[in-house]
Formats: sequence, structure tokens, C-alpha cells
Amino acid sequence: MSSRSAHKATVAPPPPLHSRPYGLRNYLICLRGILAREGLRFLHQRERFIASLVRPLVWLFIFAAGFRQVLGVSIVPPYKTYILYEVYITPGLAGMILLFSGMQSSLSMVYDREMGNMRTLLVSPFPRWFLLVSKLLAGVTVSIAQVYVFLAIAWFWGVKPPPLGYLFVLPALFLSGLMLGSLGMLLSSLIKQLENFSGIMNFVIFPMYFASSALYPLWRIQEASPLLYTICRANPFTYVVELIRFAFYGQVEWTSLAVVLGFTAVFLVGAIVAYDPSRGLMTRKQEMGGNA
Amino acid sequence: MRKPLSVLAGATIAAIMSSPASAYMAYVSNERGNSVTVIDTETMEVVDTIEVGQRPRGITVSHDGKFIYLCASDDDTVEVIDTSDYSILGNLPSGPDPELFVLSPDGKTLYVANEDDNLVTVIDIENRSVVTEIPVGVEPEGMGISPDGSTLVNTSETTNMAHFIDTETHQITHNVLVDSRPRFAEFMPDGSEVWVSAEIGGTVSVIDNETREITHKITFEIPGLRPETIQPVGVRITDDGTKAYVALGPANRVAVVNTETYEVEKYVLVGQRVWQLAFTPDQKTIISTNGISNDVTFIDVETDEPIQSVTVGQQPWGVVVSPN
Repeated sequence: MSSRSAHKATVAPPPPLHSRPYGLRNYLICLRGILAREGLRFLHQRERFIASLVRPLVWLFIFAAGFRQVLGVSIVPPYKTYILYEVYITPGLAGMILLFSGMQSSLSMVYDREMGNMRTLLVSPFPRWFLLVSKLLAGVTVSIAQVYVFLAIAWFWGVKPPPLGYLFVLPALFLSGLMLGSLGMLLSSLIKQLENFSGIMNFVIFPMYFASSALYPLWRIQEASPLLYTICRANPFTYVVELIRFAFYGQVEWTSLAVVLGFTAVFLVGAIVAYDPSRGLMTRKQEMGGNA
Repeated sequence: MRKPLSVLAGATIAAIMSSPASAYMAYVSNERGNSVTVIDTETMEVVDTIEVGQRPRGITVSHDGKFIYLCASDDDTVEVIDTSDYSILGNLPSGPDPELFVLSPDGKTLYVANEDDNLVTVIDIENRSVVTEIPVGVEPEGMGISPDGSTLVNTSETTNMAHFIDTETHQITHNVLVDSRPRFAEFMPDGSEVWVSAEIGGTVSVIDNETREITHKITFEIPGLRPETIQPVGVRITDDGTKAYVALGPANRVAVVNTETYEVEKYVLVGQRVWQLAFTPDQKTIISTNGISNDVTFIDVETDEPIQSVTVGQQPWGVVVSPN
């Protein structure tokens, strides 16, 4: 069955039990269902949970150990005194978890589409944007849980931001997760096949992560290469990292906030448009092969 | 409604009570800047800079907080600064190249180490006169005095000894050989022990004040740092005698040592080439001078976490906090 019929199902749902449009309660039930499914999927895939933690922890334990002395020479805001490299890269690693998880959810959407699970979601009588946003929220919730587990382990490794920082960082993580998740969703609408995910790794995740302030402060990058500095400044992931970094210390980095909000809006609208079979990119793609 | 309000009021009062009633001033001698930086310890901001003599190093404050005594090493004098208006009131006859000194517990006598002359000069502050000069080892530097004022300990950098001096007779009673280049001597608040840091040896020797023998030797080890970069200099012990802080020079760390077990509990990251330390009078904060990064770092004594670093003049060397 092609997803074109799924689209039909959305347009003409089975005879509704209620004649009036769905209320907020129904929307919430739907949201809860999607959240529960994503949560269950995550809990059942312990390997995925461990894998998502291993990556940043390897960076923290191994990479940061070798670079411990890198930052001992300068104080960069929001830090008020000298910090170890582990402390510096922790916000970047939190961002890394969100980035990978955003891309992973894009992978899972491609997988769902290929395996046909996507139809289950798309036959729902709720508007497509709502379904996509729900799926996004589910993904963000799961990735924030991952970040907190990572932060707990980092605490034992000596990375101890102020206790209230763990609370302040929550909205920053949420917003960043939303931005990276909608980027993933937008990308997933562009990917035709599962195999193309490695392309995302090479062309999206790695450049975004490395050409940002996650690993080195921008002043140091500027010293090394003005071109790289310009690229880092243009990279939205830099602003994700800085937003998280400042939030740990109870501060709002307004530029980062504005950039992250802006990109979230752009990616989200892009993803919703791209997933709308009647208009966006999906129509074109279906012609090329909706059936795997 | 009444209960939450009273709780709130109680909390507010508690908050007001717990915050320091008055801000203390920290005075930092800048060895190359020929100045003293004044920092409000509550706001951790620089409030003033005092121009002083050449190469200011050792710095201390009178017990009533009215005067600062400062070793202007290259001017061969100890300057007296009025803390009310930061004017230089005059000099004390310190002898040549004073580096570090200690004030007697009664506040009347200043014991100065004259690095170039291998002497300890005893100064009567009131009369601004030299009482006597005590010959000690080569390159004397560290000066510590027992809480009862009866024993003075001077360390000589090249002789590698801690000299115990009777303050009544002004005679050396004991010489204790410690590790290479001893820099600083600090008594336990109960007078039972003297802690002597050795810069090149990389150790702190704990000397029993009764037997005048070394009972413990504290060593330091920081992962990722070469042992030769760990150079203990300034030492400070809390008033309750539970914790000692040791500035580790180019290791850019302050070691926190448990005085019961003599084990290092933590290394606090501060600026470059950390040299001397000073507590605030409430013992909530300890301040380190970081000579190469030209700043001082405030460390919370309860958590041993660095709070903030403040830029001061060129090459900060010593620090003291006024008692009021």
C-alpha cells in the first residue's frame, strides 16, 4: 500500500463517533500515545540508550583527559574562574546527545516510512502538524532524559555546575532539542532511503559538531583560523552549545536564544511543509518510490 | 496564611543574618606592578589601587586593621599604609631586601626575613626601630610565629632549613633540615605543629613543635602534570585546624589537605603560578594570588570550589584581608 492511501485515510477518516471536532482532550490523548510509544521504544532498546551515553562519555573520559590543560590560560564567560577542559566540553556534549538523537529520530522516521509503520501514525484523524510536533516532543523528552543521565555521570567525574544550573538548563535543552529534532525531521523528509543516513553523519552531524564552540572556545578558533571562526559563527549548533553553557550558570545568552528560536521555527515549518503530502516535498518523493 | 508569612519572614531574616554584615577588604601586593590592589571580598571587585614602593612582596595587616605593612623589597624598606585613606604613612627600618615577614600575636613586633643578608630583622613597630638582627641560613624567606608568640620559625631557601628562634632570647634553638628550597612556615592554630613548604622538593614537612622533628611529609600528585611543576609555596591552616591549603606554584592548583590524615583531599584549579594565600576573617573564603595570570582566585572554604577570579596588577605576590 502506498502512503497515498494513508493520505486518503486522513482526508476521509472512518465514521467519527463524535460529530463535533476533536477537543483538547483528544489531542492530549494522541500526544500521550505518541510519547508513550517513543518512551517504550526507547526503554526496550537498552543498547540504544547505552550507545547514546557511550559517545559523549568517551569524549569526556578520553578526549578531555588529553586536553585537560588546554583551557588553563583564559577565562571565558559565563565562567568566572579557571575551569578544566571537562567542564568546558560538557555543554557541547549535552548538545551532541541532542544532535545525535535528533538525527536518530530522523533515521527512525525513514525507517518507519520504509517499514510501513508511518502509515499507522498518518492515518490518525489529527492534523499532520500536530502529529509531527507530538513526535518531535516525544523525541526531545527522551533525549533530555539521556542528557540528564549523562550529566549525572559527569558529576561523578568532577563536572559540577551549580546545583540550580541543572534546573536552568532544562528550557535550554528543550529548545535546543526542538531545533535539532526539527532539523532531523526536515532532513528525514529529504532522505529517500535508510542507507543515506551515513550521509547525514558525514555531511550534517560531524561538520555541525566540530565546526562549533563545543570543543574549543571561539577566541581560540579565531586564533587558529579566521575562516573556521566565521564558519563556527554561522553554525546554529554553536548557539545551541552556548545557550546550554550559559543556562548552566543561570544566565541567558540572548543572541543564542534568538538564533535557536529562529532556526527552530524555520526547521519546524520546513518539516511540516515537507511532510504535507498535498503540498511539500513528499509528493515529489512518492513518485520516486514510496514503496520500499 | 499566617504560617507561610512567618516562615517567609524567618527565611528573610536568616538570609540577612547569614550574609556578611560588613565587607572585608583584601590587599594584594603586585610584585611587578609596584602597587597594591584593594578588593572588596563580598562583591569580588577591585575598589582601588595603591601606588607603592618597588617590588612589593610580603604584606600583612595590623591586628586592628588600621595599617598595612608591606615589604618593598627593592626599596629595602617596609612601608606602612593607612587603610582609611590608602596613604603611605611611613617606613619601618627593615634592613635590605625584605621579602616576607610575620607580625607577633601582640601586634608590637615585626619579624622580617632579609633575603640578601641572611638575617631576620626584629622591628619594634611603635618606635620604628630595629631591636636586633638574628643571623640565619642563606636566603631566609618563610616566617611563622607560634600562637603564643614564643617561637619564631624562619626558613632559609638555600640552607634548606627551618630555624626555630626563641623570641625572648632571639637565639636559634633548633635547626630542622627540610626538603629543597623551603618557602613558607605556618603554625597550627594550637601551636602543636609547624608546616613548612619546600618549593623544589615538592613537599610540605610537618614538624612537631615539642620535639622539633619532622613527623609527616606531605607529597602532591596531580594526574597529567609533571612532578617538577608542583612547587608548594604558601600554606594556610583554618582556625579550627581541620584543613590546610597549600599553593602549588606552576601547578596552578591549591591543594586542600586534611590535617588529621595528612592526605590531600582536593586540588583546586586557580590561575597560573599560584603563590600566596589568605583567608577572609570569617574563614568562608580563601584567596590565592596567581602571579603569571595576574589575578587572584576566590575559593569557597566549605565546598573547596573556586568561585571567581579577579584581575589585579602585574604579578600578584602576597595577599592579606583586613580583619574588619
